[in-house]
Amino acid sequence: MKLNRSEFIKYRENIKVKQPEETVILVGLGSCGIAAGAGKTFEAFQDEISSKNLSGITVKQTGCMGLCETEPTVEVRVPGMPDIIYGKVTPEIARKIIEKHVIRKILVNNLIQDKPSSDIMKKGEIDNAV
Amino acid sequence: MPYNHYILVSGDSESSLNRRNELISFFEKEIAGQNLTDDVQVVSTIDTSACGMEGPFIKILPENIYIHNLTPEKVRSIVQEHLAKGIPPEGTGTEADKQFRIVLRNCGVIDPERIEDYILRDGYSALEKVIFDMTPEQVIDEIRKSGLRGRGGAGFPTGLKWSFTKEASSDQKYVVCNADEGDPGAYMDRSTLEGDPHSVLEAMAIAGCAVGADTGYIYIRAEYPLAIKRLELAIKQATELGLLGDNILGSGFSFNIEIRYGAGAFVCGEETALLASLEGERGTPKPRPPFPAVKGLWGKPTVVNNVETFANIPVVILKGSSWFSSIGSEKSKGTKVFAVTGKVKNSGLVEVPMGTPLRDIIFSISGGIRDNKKFKAVQTGGPSGGVIPEQFLDTPIDYDNLTAIGSMMGSGGMIVMDEDDCMVDVNKFYLQFSVDESCGKCAPCRIGGRELLTYLEKISGGQGELEDIEKMKRIGKAMQKASLCALGQTTSNPIQSALKYFYNEYEDHIVHKKCTAGKCVSLLKFIIITDKCVKCGVCKRVCPVSAISGDRDSGFLIDQSKCIKCGLCREKCKFEAINKG
Repeated sequence: MKLNRSEFIKYRENIKVKQPEETVILVGLGSCGIAAGAGKTFEAFQDEISSKNLSGITVKQTGCMGLCETEPTVEVRVPGMPDIIYGKVTPEIARKIIEKHVIRKILVNNLIQDKPSSDIMKKGEIDNAV
Repeated sequence: MPYNHYILVSGDSESSLNRRNELISFFEKEIAGQNLTDDVQVVSTIDTSACGMEGPFIKILPENIYIHNLTPEKVRSIVQEHLAKGIPPEGTGTEADKQFRIVLRNCGVIDPERIEDYILRDGYSALEKVIFDMTPEQVIDEIRKSGLRGRGGAGFPTGLKWSFTKEASSDQKYVVCNADEGDPGAYMDRSTLEGDPHSVLEAMAIAGCAVGADTGYIYIRAEYPLAIKRLELAIKQATELGLLGDNILGSGFSFNIEIRYGAGAFVCGEETALLASLEGERGTPKPRPPFPAVKGLWGKPTVVNNVETFANIPVVILKGSSWFSSIGSEKSKGTKVFAVTGKVKNSGLVEVPMGTPLRDIIFSISGGIRDNKKFKAVQTGGPSGGVIPEQFLDTPIDYDNLTAIGSMMGSGGMIVMDEDDCMVDVNKFYLQFSVDESCGKCAPCRIGGRELLTYLEKISGGQGELEDIEKMKRIGKAMQKASLCALGQTTSNPIQSALKYFYNEYEDHIVHKKCTAGKCVSLLKFIIITDKCVKCGVCKRVCPVSAISGDRDSGFLIDQSKCIKCGLCREKCKFEAINKG
């Protein structure tokens, strides 16, 4: 489906409106993450969610977060909680994150990583950041 | 139910681990005392979450408040005032971000295989603006005013480059993306392409629209299969939506992008060699001028930009040149991505505004040197750059400052070295790389590089003479002046800078036949210290070449002529009775 300009603008607006308020788990699956075993981590999240019959959770792949030392890295966004990046997330820890962070809303100890920077694409943050 | 507050406790070294645990239990006690256990969670962060700060410190989420130098009184007031009553703690603030991500804005945020994710974050909106609301002159003017300079290493102003191609008259023009990242230790471009392929495609189409080109090529190393896969998928998705290909968004402007694989020759990162390789020729450089901007691919005007340069373009268009030029230093605008590797605690990708001091990158963001060793130097610019010693750690990094201290920006590899690294050895490594990668077309590079390497091998092998240094300097100068391309012109840079800042190490190797860092094997000597030796005989048993003779009564002796300097005896000796020097 090739879009013209007005169709593209509508398409973009639609995407923005459609964003659901739900839990998102982002797994860093660049070459670096994959080399550190992020593929297995990704599967572990999916398995755990389906075996526990959880809904309203999206597990997504993303590129490298730049935190090579602590790959595999995972960002967990639960509505009502601050966004948290975890490092060294093995499949076992992935299951722990689902159990503690996603279900019981408790942060997992000893794995939280500082967010490298704020997001320049978010409105309002540009002026603060400069 | 989520907690209302989360207290993240961090420390910057293992020694503060106990203090960290004490702090956590103290917090928990105070929180329980205020009946806030259902309201606040205290967690410890990952061990490597270093910050270059002394002792434990905390961050309170979601308020994002950092607090250092915690005393029992401070903890009590945080709990009683802030957590219980919501009064912000005194003398603290939200800490400014250490990094500033423009190029990596989408890396780690979007799914690179979904174009919707990119469009959600205003992807292809810059292209839409350029095609419909801006003239090519306005686009180029915007890029020029932003002060964006080429991120591939040389730092040529991007707007100026584009204007050359725009003004050249030709029936056909091209846009080429240089994704032939080859510096040892550099992987910024790979991560960008893997994490955000659409940003590069969008920028190439913008360049095409600005200079009047309808075809783009991405020249990428075949060693980057995941980046290639994601680029191919991205091209397909964008073409399906009418954001690439013929008649983009119904505007009449067409732009098609094809991917070409490089076979891994370092010299193909040089733009004229890259274009030769694209044409199917042998990848060797040509003399410039004419520059590719005027006479490039198949003799046609061609914009050649690096991945990182392109990734900046959509943001410059969307946020405007004055926003972009407000970031960075006087002559270098925007940010730079560095791949920080080597002896730092947290190796990784770091994007900071131009003008950030090296110290902030190495000690604050990357957590300093591993195992509490001493910082010695950092190599920027890969094999074309130089070593930067400790006295320049506070230099704000930009193109001009790095050149002034004898290194260069390069593509962004940053290899950090500690006291265990030997400068002669490091020089040898880079020289070996440059010699292997020299294409052989011009004599200064082909012969000069080999000669330099021979001298380095002689010096590290203990046969060096002081006059070799002068000879190396002369060869280096000749290569700088006479080589055809940047590869040969910069081959001697690492040596020149090491001779400037670490002359004493060269002197040690040549005059005293000594390698303090213990890297140059020929200069090493393992000797048993008789005072410390308890004559246990472990060394003799583990020596793989039977170079140790003696018995438990008379003691042991290492035969230097047989010793292969493997260091096994020293490693196994429980009494530290074997000296390496």
